[in-house]
Amino acid sequence: MAVRKNQATLTAKEKRDFVDAVLELKRLGRYDSYVSTHNTFIISDSDNGERVGHRSPSFLPWHRRFLLQFEQDLQSINPAVTLPYWDWTADRTTTSSIWGPDFLGGNGRSSDGQVTTGPFAYSGGKWTLAVRPDSRNYLRRSLGSAVAALPTKAEAESVLAMSTYDMAPWNSSSDGFRNHLEGWRGVNLHNRVHVWIGGHMATGMSPNDPAFWLHHCFIDKLWAEWQTRHRDQSYLPTGNTANVVDLNETMKPWNNVSPADMLDHTKFYTYDTGF
Amino acid sequence: MSENSVIPSNGSSPEGRHSSDLTRRRMLQGAGVALAAAAGTAVIGFTGPSRQSAVAADPGAGDEFDEVYQGRRLQGRRLDGGHDSGHGGHHGSGYQVLIDGEELHVMQNADGTWISVVNHYQTHATPRSLARAAVIDLQGAELLPLS
Repeated sequence: MAVRKNQATLTAKEKRDFVDAVLELKRLGRYDSYVSTHNTFIISDSDNGERVGHRSPSFLPWHRRFLLQFEQDLQSINPAVTLPYWDWTADRTTTSSIWGPDFLGGNGRSSDGQVTTGPFAYSGGKWTLAVRPDSRNYLRRSLGSAVAALPTKAEAESVLAMSTYDMAPWNSSSDGFRNHLEGWRGVNLHNRVHVWIGGHMATGMSPNDPAFWLHHCFIDKLWAEWQTRHRDQSYLPTGNTANVVDLNETMKPWNNVSPADMLDHTKFYTYDTGF
Repeated sequence: MSENSVIPSNGSSPEGRHSSDLTRRRMLQGAGVALAAAAGTAVIGFTGPSRQSAVAADPGAGDEFDEVYQGRRLQGRRLDGGHDSGHGGHHGSGYQVLIDGEELHVMQNADGTWISVVNHYQTHATPRSLARAAVIDLQGAELLPLS
């Protein structure tokens, strides 16, 4: 059984294996479809229309499936690789090891936001952005500039304490665990981390930054933690909800997987620790 | 006046954004064009004051606009019959924002705030502040056509 680990505990070889597999997917031309798929969904998921990947109950199972596909793609390059997660409640500075030159590389430079260190720096020649919002084809970050602080452990705990998975109207104005985790309401966990990283992570093409996967892996872990703490609660809604993916309806773009299929992550992988 | 003083640490949440905007609006009421212009020009740079400061002098969300901001032409307009909130058309917002004639994909949230493809996880009170935030992020780069 594959075990997903905290990125802070990875060995040098584990970091290298992950980075090399990501770079190989990019070289083979298989990375950019993740960027375009994500953007296609995020710009069409709307509060009053059809919504699958974002601002809706299926935000969590959709991304779980999306990450699984990416992880399986990495494993086709190197079977030993699993997605690491980034616990931003613990590793919360611009100089944390996740931003080291041996892993994701560091902050963007002040002049133009360009990431100039690590394997995803444009100058390395292996990370030229194809699916992007504007003419700049280099990865950008602006750590901690648009919002000062990453969410704290206490803030994450306050969201994990919410007992109801999601509520009508099942969008960005909903009360409940999912929307507070996604961040449209309340202390704002997921959205705020995208904004904290800035640059491409703030855009609809956020998977251009490999930090996307480590961030969403932690979001996925928080969902698993919520499930452990609320055994009597589960995914909502269960049926007959317009524009929203009900428990047993299939999700685009796969059309063969439902939120119900994604509830038990231990069929696919486990996490090294609880939250 | 510190540009950051009224922005909470979770400034990207709708609630935080609203209180921030309202506070800044109150602060700027009656302050005149000079101060509003200063707020608009104080947001250049990556590590400087937060981009939210450009929000302060904005009109309401329903307003259309055609202005030059940091050398870029910004246009915002409601689309005729643009009340389709689903897929297709102009991507559901019923509102179009152009930067130098190229469309910036925008979307309105249920609480009335706005996001764009450039700032997809951070809400803005109006399409104009959203367009200005995109200009600041673009640093002169051209938007690519929507696919």
